[in-house]
Amino acid sequence: MAAILGASWAGAKSMTATSGPGLSLMMENFGLGVMMEVPTVVVDIQRGGPSTGLPTLTAQGDIMQARWGSHGHYETIALAPDSPQEAFDLTIRCFNLAEKYRVPVILLASETVGHSAGKVVVPPVDEIELIDRKKPTVPPREYLPYRPDEDLIPPMASAGEGYAICTTGLTHDEKGYPETNAETQEKLVRRLNDKIRTHLEEIVDVEEEHMEDAEIAVVSYGQVSRPAKRAVKMVRDEGIKAGSIKLITVWPFAEHVIRKWAEQAECFIVPELNYGQIYLEVRREACGDSKVVSIPRMGGRLVTPQEIYQEIKKVSKK
Amino acid sequence: MSGKMIRGEGPQEPHPMDRWLRSERMPHIWCAGCGIGPTLYAWTRALDRVGIDKERVVYVSGIGCCGRGSGYLDVDGFHTTHGRAIPFAIGIKLVKPELCVSVISGDGDLFSIGGNHFIHAARRNVDLLVICTNNFIYGMTGGQLAATTPQGDYSTTTPYGNVEHPFNTPHLADASGAVYVARWTSIHVRLLENSIAEALRMKGFRYIEVLSPCPVNYGRRNRLREVDDIAKWFLKSSIVRNGADTSEVQIERGKPLILGNFVKREKKLSYYEELKQLEERVRDTAEARK
Repeated sequence: MAAILGASWAGAKSMTATSGPGLSLMMENFGLGVMMEVPTVVVDIQRGGPSTGLPTLTAQGDIMQARWGSHGHYETIALAPDSPQEAFDLTIRCFNLAEKYRVPVILLASETVGHSAGKVVVPPVDEIELIDRKKPTVPPREYLPYRPDEDLIPPMASAGEGYAICTTGLTHDEKGYPETNAETQEKLVRRLNDKIRTHLEEIVDVEEEHMEDAEIAVVSYGQVSRPAKRAVKMVRDEGIKAGSIKLITVWPFAEHVIRKWAEQAECFIVPELNYGQIYLEVRREACGDSKVVSIPRMGGRLVTPQEIYQEIKKVSKK
Repeated sequence: MSGKMIRGEGPQEPHPMDRWLRSERMPHIWCAGCGIGPTLYAWTRALDRVGIDKERVVYVSGIGCCGRGSGYLDVDGFHTTHGRAIPFAIGIKLVKPELCVSVISGDGDLFSIGGNHFIHAARRNVDLLVICTNNFIYGMTGGQLAATTPQGDYSTTTPYGNVEHPFNTPHLADASGAVYVARWTSIHVRLLENSIAEALRMKGFRYIEVLSPCPVNYGRRNRLREVDDIAKWFLKSSIVRNGADTSEVQIERGKPLILGNFVKREKKLSYYEELKQLEERVRDTAEARK
C-alpha cells in the first residue's frame, strides 16, 4: 500500500489487490492516502471473516471496513462489481474517480466475482473515458500543494517536477506543512469530507429495475445483485410489484436514492453476505417511511434467488 | 522534542545550507545536542559535492523526530507512516528511476516497525540510499526501549536495565545484501559527508548508520546527561576500521564503537534494472513467437 502511494506521487496510476486480512493491514496507509490525497485503487476480493476466516469462500463482510477501516473521519469511494465484465468496467471507473477526487478508491469485489469466468468485452482504447488528475498551472514557487480549487480538490504535482512537494500524514496547512492545531484540523478534515460529499450525485451510481411502480424494493450490491434481480423477476411474473435497486457505488451511500423511493415503496429488502451492514444504511435513509427487512447470510456461499423470492413473498402477504 | 522554542525566535543569521532549507519553517523541533541536524547537513553537503540537481532529490521519512526532516528541506519531501518510508520510496523509485531517492529515518522506524521493509529492500537491491539516525531510543515518544538500545541501558520502559540484545544494523544490512554499508556518527561530520558522497555515487541498496546523540531521552537516563556527553562518548570511544567484518561491530557500552565504511559491493544489478531486463527478455520472446 505504501508503495502504490509512492508510485502515485511519482505520477503513475497505481493499484494493488488483496483479500480481507490484507485490507486490514492496508488500512494504515489507506488513511495516509486519504490525508495526502493520493489517487490510487485497492481491489478487495472479500472472503469470510473475522480474521483468516474463510479463505477462498465468498462474503461481503468488509463493507463497513471499506467505509471506516482507517482511523479518523473521512469519506471514501467504493464500487461493487457483480461480474467479470463489471470488474473490468468498474476498475476503470475506480481509477477515474481516484484521479478526479484525489482519493484511494476501493473496488469491493468478492470471491464469487474473483473466481468467476465470464465474457468480458474490452472496448477500443480510444472509446474508454480516462480521467487524469489536475496538474498545477502555476510556477513552482507559487504552488501550494494543498490549496484547493473551487471544487475543493487541489491540483497535484509529481515528484521530480521541480515543485518541491511537501506532504505529510500530519494535519497540514495549504503548504503541506504540519500544523497540528484545532483550526487547521477543522479546515482540512472538513474539506477532505466535503470534496466527496458535495459531489455525491456525480459519484453515486445505481441501477434500477422495475422501480416505477414498486411497492417492495430489493436493495443489493455486488454479486448478490444477480440473485436479487432474478428474484424480482420471479415475483413480477406472479404479479407482485417488486423492483430492484443495485448499488454500483456502495460508498458514498446512495442516500438520496433511498430517500426518494422511501416515499413510494412500502418495504425495502436487503440481502447481503454479512449480518446487516447496508441494511442499517437503508434503514437510516428510509427514516421510518418504509419497513426495512434484512436477509443476512454470513458468507461461504451466495444467497439464492429462491431465498430472496421467499422473503419477498412473505413481505407481500402482510 | 523540546517544544519550548517559539517560531521566529531561532538564529537569524544565514545558514550555509540555506539553499536546501525551507527557512520559513525554522526553528525546527529538534532539541539542543540532537544529531539529526548535523546528519542532514552532511547529506546536503554531499548532494552538493556530487552535484545532484535539487529537482531530482527526493527525501522520504517515516515517523519520529527524524521523520520531521523531510518537511524542513526544500526538496520533494514525503513524511509517511511509521516504518513505511522504504516501501513508499520504492514506489517512487520504480516509477521515476532517474530520481535520487533517500530514506532518512530513525532506528525505531527503520528497524522495529519497518524492519521487514529494510531487509527485503536490501535483498531486492532497490536503488535507495537509506540513512538511519540511530539514537538508541524512541526519542519523540519519551525514551522507550528500542531494538537498538544497548544491553544494560536504561529507558522509560526498562527502568531496571535492558535485558534484550540489540540489532547490529550494519551486520543486518550486510547479511541482507546491501551493496554499501557504513557507520559514522553525527559528530564525525566530514567523514560522514565523505561516506554519503561515496554512497550517492553508487547504485543499489546503500545503508549508512549514523550514531546520533539524544541527550534528552537517552542520555539523561544513562549517565550522559549533559548536552555534549554523548558527543564526547562518541569521540572518545570510536575507532575507525574501514572494511571491518560487520559481525564484529555490535555496539556495547564500555567497548569501542567501530566506525567505518564496512562493505562495498559493486556490479550487482539494482531491482529496477533486473525488472527492465526481465521486461526486455519477455518482450523479445513474445516478438520471436510472432
